[in-house]
Amino acid sequence: MLTKRIIPCLDIKDGRTVKGVNFVDLRDAGDPVVLAKQYADLGADELVFLDISATLEERATVLDMVLHVAEQVNIPFTVGGGISNVEHVDALLKCGADKVSINSSAIKRPELINELADKFGSQCVVVAIDAKQIDGKWKVHLAGGSIPTEMDLFDWAKEVEERGAGEILFTSMDHDGTKNGFANNALAKLSDELNIPIIASGGAGNIKHFIDTFKEGKADAALAASVFHFGEIPILKLKQELKKNNIEVRL
Amino acid sequence: MKLVIIDYGAGNIKSIQFAFNRLGYDAILSNNPVEIKTADRIIFPGVGEANSAMKKLKESKLDELIPNLKQPVLGICLGMQLMCQYTEEGDTKGLGIFQTNVKRFSNSVKVPQMGWNVIKELKSDLFKGIKENEYMYLVHSFYAEHCNETIAATDYGINYASALQHENFYGVQFHPEKSSVAGEHILNNFLTL
Repeated sequence: MLTKRIIPCLDIKDGRTVKGVNFVDLRDAGDPVVLAKQYADLGADELVFLDISATLEERATVLDMVLHVAEQVNIPFTVGGGISNVEHVDALLKCGADKVSINSSAIKRPELINELADKFGSQCVVVAIDAKQIDGKWKVHLAGGSIPTEMDLFDWAKEVEERGAGEILFTSMDHDGTKNGFANNALAKLSDELNIPIIASGGAGNIKHFIDTFKEGKADAALAASVFHFGEIPILKLKQELKKNNIEVRL
Repeated sequence: MKLVIIDYGAGNIKSIQFAFNRLGYDAILSNNPVEIKTADRIIFPGVGEANSAMKKLKESKLDELIPNLKQPVLGICLGMQLMCQYTEEGDTKGLGIFQTNVKRFSNSVKVPQMGWNVIKELKSDLFKGIKENEYMYLVHSFYAEHCNETIAATDYGINYASALQHENFYGVQFHPEKSSVAGEHILNNFLTL
């Protein structure tokens, strides 16, 4: 049976991880390659690197980082952040990234999804959607959640699927950072309405939240950052608990 | 050992090269017939769409070369699918090495299948030292139907062939280069067949 995936997310700037990662026995917690290897050894199913670089020079360094991750890490990884054209994706995939994640650029120019799916295949196109509830309606937001749009989450998700995305990474801005659990109602609705995998993101605080998002939220994968980086939730223990709750995981 | 990864412009092949590097082997990326024919082991990768991948093979006449190779050849993912008779993806005729066809998953499951699933009913030296129900990483929308060349099976809505073997030709639907330690073990097995 296909298992549910656990995905740690690392923020990258200028080829280094930022926001602090506090693992035991790590000589260089800022080195994404060291961290990625550690996560792979600890049982992570996939990794996401989010490039938050501001300048072109920094972005160039990230390509080099992707190459080194691909060299040393034996599980799949996605790179996202600031990707807006076919050439950029081509460069990332050539460096060994398995998938790319696009967000604002897809909202500004939805054809980008078709272009990427046609050229590289749907399997490597993840569309990230940030949304929050305004007057009871889930509205898509741009630019890391800073700019609201009039787009409805579910309409946009449907369009994204039709244009050829292979997967959706949904972050609830209402839940992100709260550690109060994932947006399971919206996630379940996405999972019911769409026929591509949905990654839950935003709100992980404890193990029960993961159990809930796989059961109630019907998510195919769950992504989190700080609870993993600071060792609050050890991945092995998380997966053992999921298994105990009859959720299929790779152990 | 001379190890060649066939480079015909289909998808991310860097990961496969890196995986062999981790095992201590250099792999050459090439579409040169002489390089390919003189290799000890050949990897036939593939990610993307079947019809355009087949066109690329034909442009470089690799469609005639590959079925006549005598050394061990390992097709991965789309590579394996293209070694079959026919695939529904883009209504594409394959290389005809494996006596089976490739179909699209029905919409009773999410498509693509993306993530880790188990391989079972293992039947080849390719899987020496691999336990039944080992997890492998898979990303695909199309699957090969069972035939008497099936050497591994996987369930996703339906039970299908996740690996095939015909004489010196091997094909795996999963990505051994992305399947952690067990995947690297399979690649190592391939080098010692």
